[in-house]
Amino acid sequence: MNFRFEIIMEYLPFLLEGMLLTLLMSVVGVLVGCILGFFIALGKMSKQAIIRIPFVWYINFLRGTPLLVQLFLFHYAVLPTVLGDTTAVTSVIVTLSLNSSAYVAEIFRAGLQSIDKGQAEAAHSLGMRKFQVMRYVLLPQAFKRSIPPLGNEFIVLLKDSSLGAMIAAPELLYWGRAAAGQYYVFWEPYLAVAVGYLILTLSLTYLLNYLERRFDVK
Amino acid sequence: MISVKHLKKTFGELEVLKDINVEIKQKEVVVVIGPSGSGKSTFLRCLNLIESITEGTVEIDGKVLTDKKVDINKLRAEVGMVFQQFNLFPHKTVLQNITLPMITVRKWNKKDAEKKALELLAKVGLEDKAGVYPESLSGGQKQRVAIARALGMEPKVMLFDEPTSALDPEMVGEVLEVMKQLAQEGMTMVVVTHEMGFAREVGDRVIFMDQGYVVEENDPQSLFRNPQHERTQAFLSKVL
Repeated sequence: MNFRFEIIMEYLPFLLEGMLLTLLMSVVGVLVGCILGFFIALGKMSKQAIIRIPFVWYINFLRGTPLLVQLFLFHYAVLPTVLGDTTAVTSVIVTLSLNSSAYVAEIFRAGLQSIDKGQAEAAHSLGMRKFQVMRYVLLPQAFKRSIPPLGNEFIVLLKDSSLGAMIAAPELLYWGRAAAGQYYVFWEPYLAVAVGYLILTLSLTYLLNYLERRFDVK
Repeated sequence: MISVKHLKKTFGELEVLKDINVEIKQKEVVVVIGPSGSGKSTFLRCLNLIESITEGTVEIDGKVLTDKKVDINKLRAEVGMVFQQFNLFPHKTVLQNITLPMITVRKWNKKDAEKKALELLAKVGLEDKAGVYPESLSGGQKQRVAIARALGMEPKVMLFDEPTSALDPEMVGEVLEVMKQLAQEGMTMVVVTHEMGFAREVGDRVIFMDQGYVVEENDPQSLFRNPQHERTQAFLSKVL
């Protein structure tokens, strides 16, 4: 087999640019997902069914349908209708954000519910209000416990962002497909793309391990 | 100080408290004893609404707990509670455990709160532990910090829910000692415990509960030496 390095070299600037976009879309996706996910978790834990049920179904829908289907739905139907127009990158970011918000909500909910109920009882018995109990006692502990699964979610999201290639968002896989299409070779571009993702996910893994140590997660 | 009238508490079908009537005066130390499942912990937890009240009234310092107009958070700050499982905040240092409610509830500034917290730690003999996290403390030390934390709110009443039941035997004494000191200082206390020695020595009155009722109450000497009720006799014959 004749491995044509020059193709990778030719596409390297594009692949690097693609990596940057992959990283950017995933970071924005997970950050927005965390913010939305926090409120969705609170909504899903509401004691009132009327508040709870919409959140339950939000999560059901986003976890129960394929991400690619969601991406097509948002890119071709929802966003053009709502915004009048959309770009591939916008669609990917919106879809990743909403999709991860559902998973993050479940991570936060599990984290909050894993805190011993004596913690809230003690805080209430000292006269702290609901918001203060949440803010000073439950959330800091739940957040710490959420770091490992949040890290997982981030890595999954980063890999899933490759679906953006299906709507021509110029991320990492997109440029691999472009190279494959131009030269009709497959080993070189897809191996390069795989290595690109591996570099991103491994760097993330090390960063997350560092954070876990930093926050002393047990 | 505390007036409980016709208090009932049910969990679904289960009637845990059936008709409790208790009056507790200021500076009184009331010890609640009884077999497990008698409802004594639930009774205590109803006194600051950690457990909701199904029926009846609880009045503390002239305020009815179930009254919609009463700010329950303000009232709880006046009623300190110490738990069997300590329930210290593991992500806060010993000092921060004590200052957190002082700052968030009592709105003290940080400096005054810390000064007061250190005084309280000295009172329970743990001033050298201010900077450590609860996980490095022994059970007895944790419970003494929990008592200091409750005292930080300057409560009018202290509730103790089996404060020594989760402790190794050699640590029971240090916690009871702190409680005894509190009693001597005139704190109004309601203590659910299995420590009959404490009940006899420190209690002004002992309440014996069984199956959701107050079966008998009397001063400790009379109740322990001369129990009137059959069930009290049966219980005391097992634990004394």
